Amino acid sequence: MGYFSEANEVLAAEIIDRYPRPRSAVIPLLHLAQEQEGWVTREAMLQIADLTGVTAAEVLGTGSFYEMFKFHPVGRYMVNVCTNISCQLLGGEELLDHVESTLGVSAGDTTEDGMFTVEDVECVAACTEAPCFTVNYRYFHRATPEVFDQVVSDLRDGHSPVERGSAGDSGDMPEHGTLGRVRQEIPVDKMAGVVAPEKAGEQPVWLPGPAEVDADG
Amino acid sequence: MADTCQTSDGYVPHAPGYVANGGPTLLTSRFLFEDSHTLERSMHTGGYAGLRTALSRVPAEVHDEVRQATLLGRGGAGFPAGVKWGFCPDGVWPRYLVVNGDESEPGTYKDRLLMERDPHQLIEGCLIACYALGLSQCFLYVRGEMALAQERIAVALNEAYEADLVGANVLGSDFSVDIVLHWGAGAYIVGEETALIESLEGNRGMPRLKPPYFPAAIGLYGQPTIVNNVETLSNLPWIMENGADAYKGYGSEASPGTRLFAVSGHVSRPGVYEVEQGVTTFRDLFYGDDYCRGIRDGNELKAFIPGGGSAPWFFGEHLDLPLEARTVSEAGSMLGSGAIVVMDETTDAVKACLRLVRFYANESCGKCAPCREGTSWEQKILQRIHDGEGRPSDIDLLLSVGNHISPGPYPVASFDAEGFEAVPFPPSQTTICPLGPSSVAPITSAIRRFREEFEALITRSDSIPVVSEAGA
Repeated sequence: MGYFSEANEVLAAEIIDRYPRPRSAVIPLLHLAQEQEGWVTREAMLQIADLTGVTAAEVLGTGSFYEMFKFHPVGRYMVNVCTNISCQLLGGEELLDHVESTLGVSAGDTTEDGMFTVEDVECVAACTEAPCFTVNYRYFHRATPEVFDQVVSDLRDGHSPVERGSAGDSGDMPEHGTLGRVRQEIPVDKMAGVVAPEKAGEQPVWLPGPAEVDADG
Repeated sequence: MADTCQTSDGYVPHAPGYVANGGPTLLTSRFLFEDSHTLERSMHTGGYAGLRTALSRVPAEVHDEVRQATLLGRGGAGFPAGVKWGFCPDGVWPRYLVVNGDESEPGTYKDRLLMERDPHQLIEGCLIACYALGLSQCFLYVRGEMALAQERIAVALNEAYEADLVGANVLGSDFSVDIVLHWGAGAYIVGEETALIESLEGNRGMPRLKPPYFPAAIGLYGQPTIVNNVETLSNLPWIMENGADAYKGYGSEASPGTRLFAVSGHVSRPGVYEVEQGVTTFRDLFYGDDYCRGIRDGNELKAFIPGGGSAPWFFGEHLDLPLEARTVSEAGSMLGSGAIVVMDETTDAVKACLRLVRFYANESCGKCAPCREGTSWEQKILQRIHDGEGRPSDIDLLLSVGNHISPGPYPVASFDAEGFEAVPFPPSQTTICPLGPSSVAPITSAIRRFREEFEALITRSDSIPVVSEAGA
């Protein structure tokens, strides 16, 4: 088996342990696989199937429903331009035209150097800040062709353009596959514990309450 | 700690979109602080006080307080949270909480802001709900594309675990619950609560057959499950701390409290505004100095969508309606997810309609035939009208396809000049979920009001072109 790196195997086990049923970890593990290699490989799906107790076909079945999972190599930077209603009204389609002509590819394609993949996407919840595009899911609000050109030149020069997004975000631009740059960590001694659905009939201990809070709590 | 920060025109650099308008701030009280997302800021500004109040009371009383407050769900349907909570069957354990942070309705931008700007307020809300209802575990489902929101919530949860605010024995009490951050991966339909549960179980995000109508009866892993929207839960800390009566001091009787409205499109100052429900009107919001300051460039208003892409359109004569769910649905639309899209006189109604319909065609999960086939038909017909390839019968064909997804008169606003009455919301449906019927909203709205724009684009005839035999 062994698609996941040693560190990611540890993470995968931790993620699975957070759910009452391992199958719930299929989508989080597909994200982890995409983070490792930038896209979801066949080997990744085989191992996810093994780890979560489903078939590899079921992993593909679930994964292929969701637009963010890529089952073929894509660019290091995923450029998503919103053209839905709020962005359309303020020039989202013209912005997409600019992005396509600047990078020399149509929406859905990747530049020859493997740097950029362009997508024409649905509403990304930045409607008051239209038009908007994202690069590896970091937002660029009230975008202009000039801002896009600067972002491309930053990335080609190895600089992070995240600050330019005017989205209250900063720091490094991760490569495609990485979403949040920080993970949730649940210390074992602080974990309340997973309650499996099979554990029927047991009322939580704090009911009917009230709960007594420590004086120093 | 950083001071509050807002530019003279109301723009908040670290909370992009949010505009402080001098009104009550039940949800956005920390938004002006640059570090509003940190535990430190939260604790210095009354964070987790609502949780402490809740824990000092019997869980059933906490539930009662929320029921008394008439907290209406903020995800779109507007169902009272306290009533929804009451649908959990007695004696069936464990129960779960699923937080719907899959905000994707076209025009909607408020849950992302709440998650990025004040994750601790949301976490506190989740804890209060879990305590009140005996929910054993909470899954915070955040839309996949929202990387910063995921990051902020991850950090906030890590801080909260460290401070014994989440996890085993919250604040030293016998109340224990884990909150697990879960990411989606790009699918609008997952915002439908049973699809959300399917997705959380590791499946394709397709809505479940009803009944049961509420996952509170049978939800995640077949157990009682409460699914609440991010904004709904973010109200709980304030309600716990100040009480239901104080909450009902804001807004109208039927819709108490405030809501976040994202006003986008052709206004001078688009933004996310916290507004008292039922008091403020659309006119106040679009033209008021504290709000959007009029239509851009002094243009005329053409139409506006009052509650997200799925809502039938409103027009100039509806400006004086208050921002209140019941009034808006009687007038033929819905307040939905608080997403208001303003279109000025320069807007191409056919193009706007096509873009919205394309969205539903893209996002249809494919489970029900009327939606899977119908939304694609709608898109194709609109596309050919838009491209100048339409036929005179296409307008009726569009309405007919819509009628197969949502039979009968479709909700639509009144049109006094033509003597049309409003058809109240909601629409009927031949589908499991409202996605398909939503695609009909822009079509019926635009055709009723701007029929001549469709007709002007139609140049072809209905006759079938004769193919010469010789050429075959």
